[in-house]
Amino acid sequence: MIWGVLQFPGSCDERDALHACEVATRELVSGGGGPADDVSGRGGGTSPAAPIDRSRLVWHEETDLSGLDGIVVPGGFSYGDYLRAGAIARFSPAMTAVAEFAEAGGPVLGICNGFQVLCESGLLPGALLTNESTRFICRPGELIVGESDSPWLAGLEPGEKLSIPFKHQSGRFFAPPEMLDRIEANGQVAFRYAQGQNPNGSLNDIAGVTNEAGNVLGLMPHPEHAVDPLAGGTDGLKIFRGPARTAGAAGA
Amino acid sequence: MISARVLIRPKEGILDAQGKAVEGALPALGFEGIEHVRVGRIVELRAEDDRRLEELCEKLLANPLIEDYEIEIL
Repeated sequence: MIWGVLQFPGSCDERDALHACEVATRELVSGGGGPADDVSGRGGGTSPAAPIDRSRLVWHEETDLSGLDGIVVPGGFSYGDYLRAGAIARFSPAMTAVAEFAEAGGPVLGICNGFQVLCESGLLPGALLTNESTRFICRPGELIVGESDSPWLAGLEPGEKLSIPFKHQSGRFFAPPEMLDRIEANGQVAFRYAQGQNPNGSLNDIAGVTNEAGNVLGLMPHPEHAVDPLAGGTDGLKIFRGPARTAGAAGA
Repeated sequence: MISARVLIRPKEGILDAQGKAVEGALPALGFEGIEHVRVGRIVELRAEDDRRLEELCEKLLANPLIEDYEIEIL
């Protein structure tokens, strides 16, 4: 599985996201968690670069996503969050390419600012407002997996609890009543904040939603910061594994 | 060229966290009896004509899901 992680001026989580993609893919290639240098081609071999080595950052001016199997729109403050978070990033050349990629069914994950960008782009329903408290929050938290057929949730059970860091100031999910009903009825709620943990006033405790097809997922918490036991756990990998698993099964 | 001013504000009924924060600070500063504070923004611009201003607001300056806008030609 070859990943592309977008990089806007003002992005700040793109390297963690790329690392998470690589860890998830390496784990898959090696069949479960251990080092896989022999397979990945790292460590001095002469074999051509394995997919894991070809995952890369995608600068916001790029328009060619060919060869990529999955896209991550990372967290941060794209274009300084001027006007509204994600409002200007939406018009970047790379986002036009991402919209086409998503339309063709490619897996797209938006985290935090990336979630905001995907909502502003219309690739995901709803909008993210300033936290009810108006404060920036940064702490560990728990999510509950929703009932969704999204490939991003492959391998996760509805109701399963994940420990994923919360880190945002504009994370209050909002959608007008009819849209909210539709999101709920279609099974587009991928994640909710665990009971009593809604950190921002999001409607229905929604922490993450998918598009109708399920291939585009956006969530406010940060799975890319939860991929190492030394840094608070590895639950984030469970999300990155979804499409990687599918791609692996298809022989990619 | 024309000059225009676009006023953008949170939709009625949506909690305006900034407005609430400002309102919450007022009593401590000695301002009593002020309520329903809403914080929006103003965008001033010049354009050849006003034909695409509506579209500009819908696509970029405002998010119609959460914000209302008014265009004023100066």
